[in-house]
Amino acid sequence: MSQDIFVVIEHLRGQVSDTSYVMLAGARQLSQSTSGNVTAVLLGHNAQGLASNLAADKVLYMDHAALAEFTSDAYQIALAGLIQEHSPRAVIFGHSSIGMDIASGLSAKLGTPVVSSCRAFTTDGKYVSQICGGKIMAEGELPGPAALVTMVPGGYKSELGQSAQAPALTTVSAPTLEGLRVTLKQYIEPDTSDVDIAKESMLVSVGRGIQNKDNIELANELAAALGCAVSASRPVVDQGWMPTTRLVGKSGKRVKPKIYLALGISGAPEHVEGMGESEAIIAINTDPNAPIFNIAKYGTTVDMFDLIPVLTEKVKQAK
Amino acid sequence: MKIAVPVKFVPDLVEELTIDPGGAALDTTWLRLIINEFDDHAVEQAILLKERGSGQVAVTTIESEGADDFLFAAAAKGADQLIKLTGDFSSANNHALARVYADLLKELQPDLILTGVQAHNDLDGSVGPLLAELLGLPYVGYVAGLTVTGDKVVARKEYSGGLVAEVEVKLPAVLGIQASEQPPRYVAYSKIRQVMGTAKIEERPVSGLDPSGGTAVSRMFQPEVAERATMLEGGADEVADKLVGIFKELGTL
Ligand SMILES: Cc1cc2nc3c(=O)[nH]c(=O)nc-3n(C[C@H](O)[C@H](O)[C@H](O)COP(=O)(O)OP(=O)(O)OC[C@H]3O[C@@H](n4cnc5c(N)ncnc54)[C@H](O)[C@@H]3O)c2cc1C
Ligand SMILES: Nc1ncnc2c1ncn2[C@@H]1O[C@H](COP(=O)(O)O)[C@@H](O)[C@H]1O
Repeated sequence: MSQDIFVVIEHLRGQVSDTSYVMLAGARQLSQSTSGNVTAVLLGHNAQGLASNLAADKVLYMDHAALAEFTSDAYQIALAGLIQEHSPRAVIFGHSSIGMDIASGLSAKLGTPVVSSCRAFTTDGKYVSQICGGKIMAEGELPGPAALVTMVPGGYKSELGQSAQAPALTTVSAPTLEGLRVTLKQYIEPDTSDVDIAKESMLVSVGRGIQNKDNIELANELAAALGCAVSASRPVVDQGWMPTTRLVGKSGKRVKPKIYLALGISGAPEHVEGMGESEAIIAINTDPNAPIFNIAKYGTTVDMFDLIPVLTEKVKQAK
Repeated sequence: MKIAVPVKFVPDLVEELTIDPGGAALDTTWLRLIINEFDDHAVEQAILLKERGSGQVAVTTIESEGADDFLFAAAAKGADQLIKLTGDFSSANNHALARVYADLLKELQPDLILTGVQAHNDLDGSVGPLLAELLGLPYVGYVAGLTVTGDKVVARKEYSGGLVAEVEVKLPAVLGIQASEQPPRYVAYSKIRQVMGTAKIEERPVSGLDPSGGTAVSRMFQPEVAERATMLEGGADEVADKLVGIFKELGTL
């Protein structure tokens, strides 16, 4: 058993995801309480180059054609062997489309506990997880002697996980990856025919509080008066009230407008992942405890259906 | 084709959440439970697959407030089998639940298990991938739409930024549903009432939960906030005036 912290680097189509750097920053913090090293685990094919700016003490690199792009089956087999061989104190995964596919399976396979949604580690090595849509934090000892962790963004700046100096890289051999039950057929690119909400300097963004498709018109009118675009949270898109191109968040776009006007959006972590860096967030939400008020610059609990029509009129007059 | 959908009830986040006097769990006294929204999508996806081809849909959950209503509503939408696990689940974590469901699903032998992609109150991983591993099946999550052909399914797996991967998965398999291909259908209460007369909920007692592999919590708290929003007071008219002022000040008007 070592005291090292492993970080499973996430990458897609030749690009390391931001989550990976956040995880490295978290691992650095955790390693200070375990007095171990931070090891980046990079699985890929001809992908050594991706290790060059990882802020890790060392990199374990495994190369195999079946690891070129993420698939749960191949990754899980490869990581199970690696974890068993090296016995790290903790293995950090993204709480993401990659990490969440494999962390729990590895927990069951290896008999190693898993901690979900960890946002940060305390200086004495406790995990702090963010649950219930950002309304509750849960803290506890990191299970021992070994633990798996899935990490959400927000607790560490990704720059802290980047380094100008390339870490030492050790190539490890890949297991036989045969009889895989999951294979990648192809990637489908996001639709680019609609307006690019990431380029707008102001967004009127609607959440589930808008209640139905017809009410979207209220947001459209306000946006038209302001000369900006309308974006949305996931439930609005999943209900088919707005196209996917307008989705802000973890599964949608990351936006950083001057003003992000959130109408009936609670501020769930997956949404905040896409808009938390906006210059000014203004939240209209009837729930005074909605997490969105924790990140907004201005807020009001006035019912949006009372407010929007009046606001639209006043914006028109102000021009 | 047989499809099983385990569904979970979670605290309604619109309600105020409080911590119990022990300080390490949610206070359940007034806690309102609702269906995990991704499970609504998983049920919808299962029904869509059934309508598109043929097959049987089994929906299963553990007893809780609202469980019967949800199961009957699923039957009204087209689910064929309704299973409710009963017993004391107060000490259950996701590892224990996955073991319980693994036993049940070994018996049901579905070709496809659709879970929700996640629930917002997880602390020890997700039931879907745990279940897959316990059953020796592959798992793919973040799925929004899928096509079954023979002994394979092509799942559309979501990544951030709107990127989608088409992934082929050999059946039987467990998929974590992020969104169904069409919004979960609405079913009229009169139809649910009708179904209540004919559909039967199979109750299965469960005992001896094994929570090993879980995660212990020592403290729960509301997030500490660095700087909360400046709240704009007043009625709609007054707030609108203030907002116009802010738009001007920030240079977007
Ligand atoms: C893997 C994964 C990926 C995800 N990706 C994304 C993503 O990319 N983007 C995203 O947005 N979500 C994403 N989600 C979903 C996310 O967890 C939340 O469920 C979602 O963001 C909630 O959307 P919402 O705030 O619109 O709805 P809710 O959380 O239901 O909030 C609605 C709000 O409206 C308020 N309200 C109601 N009526 C009114 C009124 N009349 N006036 C004013 N306010 C009112 C309520 O107080 C409430 O706070 C993802 C989830 C998962 C698990
Ligand atoms: N208690 C439960 N009963 C039935 N299904 C569950 C339960 N807990 C989790 N699941 C399934 O696993 C999915 C993900 O939830 P979780 O594992 O809690 O992240 C849910 O959407 C359900 O499909």
